[in-house]
Amino acid sequence: MADEVKLFGMWASPYSRRVELALKLKGIPYEYIEEDLSNKSSLLLKYNPVHQKIPVLVHNGKPIAESLVILEYIDETWRNNPVLPQDPYDRAMARFWAKFIDEKLLTTARKVSFATGKEQDQAIEQITEQLKLLENELKGKEYFSGQSIGYLDIVANVLVFWFRNLQEALGVDMFTEEKFPIIFEWIGKLVKIDTVNECRIPKEKHLDYIRTRLEALKFSSK
Amino acid sequence: MEDEVVLLDLWASPFAIRVKIALEEKGIKYECKQEDLFNKSHLLLEMNPIHKKIPVLIHNGKPISESLIIVQYIDQVWNHKSPLLPSDPYQRSQALFWADYIDKKIYGIGRRIWMGKEDQEEAKEELIQTFKTIERELGDKLYFGGESIGYVDVALVPFTSWFYTYETCANCGIEAACPKLIAWAKRCKENESVSKALTDPLEIYGYLLQLKKRLELQ
Repeated sequence: MADEVKLFGMWASPYSRRVELALKLKGIPYEYIEEDLSNKSSLLLKYNPVHQKIPVLVHNGKPIAESLVILEYIDETWRNNPVLPQDPYDRAMARFWAKFIDEKLLTTARKVSFATGKEQDQAIEQITEQLKLLENELKGKEYFSGQSIGYLDIVANVLVFWFRNLQEALGVDMFTEEKFPIIFEWIGKLVKIDTVNECRIPKEKHLDYIRTRLEALKFSSK
Repeated sequence: MEDEVVLLDLWASPFAIRVKIALEEKGIKYECKQEDLFNKSHLLLEMNPIHKKIPVLIHNGKPISESLIIVQYIDQVWNHKSPLLPSDPYQRSQALFWADYIDKKIYGIGRRIWMGKEDQEEAKEELIQTFKTIERELGDKLYFGGESIGYVDVALVPFTSWFYTYETCANCGIEAACPKLIAWAKRCKENESVSKALTDPLEIYGYLLQLKKRLELQ
């Protein structure tokens, strides 16, 4: 019986893109359904009633939500090209840093986006510290996952396109090669990988999207 | 070579209790070291420099932080008995999802209740809705893990010691709204691993009142 894999995603979401990256790295054929987040489909609401968010992976009719949960499911179900380390300690470390990226780094990135003046400066300081901590994890390694790209690289992929686009749209200086040479060296390796490029968020469209959203928020908060 | 297992703990922490339950389920001997969050030990700062939080499990000198990550680690390393996560990938994904949901909701919403500020009423509504959602997931099962306690049970049950606090602070009506969840909580306590690890609800209430005062002074 052929597997039926569907991914409900959104083109600008780094969470959605990371699932696509995992599926492509494993060579899993899937149907992609683009969601309009301002007008969510009834299918999305049916498959993720709890959070009503993308990404949602639907495998043979069964839905899985939350990008990190989806990544683990993909790795366990399609065992070729494993992305998570086998060793329990290494696995725990990979999960720890993935959580750090999602719960700390990306939360601070949001603060940088919405804050202004002194508050924004503080948020930028905070994100610099967090990025430095993350950069330490790359020291002495080709990729976060070691010799080849794996789970943590897939999660950290948010830095490659999404994060750099955000910085450009905001006109702030928080993520540069001078400040983070090791991360940028890693980015240089990643963008040479075809599969990674296939999942890139289209830059101009993204810059436009971020700017429009920020303007809209400024108006609504007045 | 014998395993050396140390847990950096805080008696009241529901997150640390998750780890204790998992260790008990697996029959693992461990040393428990109490931390004072207002005066953190060198060991804690060395073992969890990123977050400086408990619980931290130190296994043969190597630290693991974040309670659910620790529980997953314990389940993988000591896989000889009491599996906490299902072996089926789909069932596993659902367990991971629900534990993540519990992590995203309970502590944060609960905090707004016992801190007793203007958002307390709103938090009370949210808490009941969250418990109702979780109760629907339990359905007619004995445990979230099925016939025996599993990952989601371990993730949630420590918070049952906090129900008394939520009721006393804001009259939440958890028992009336979620009778199945209350029944599940009682059932969990029939497991020695749970009853040994759970804190006394009255002690938690006292602890949170003290904590609130300290936080307000900061």
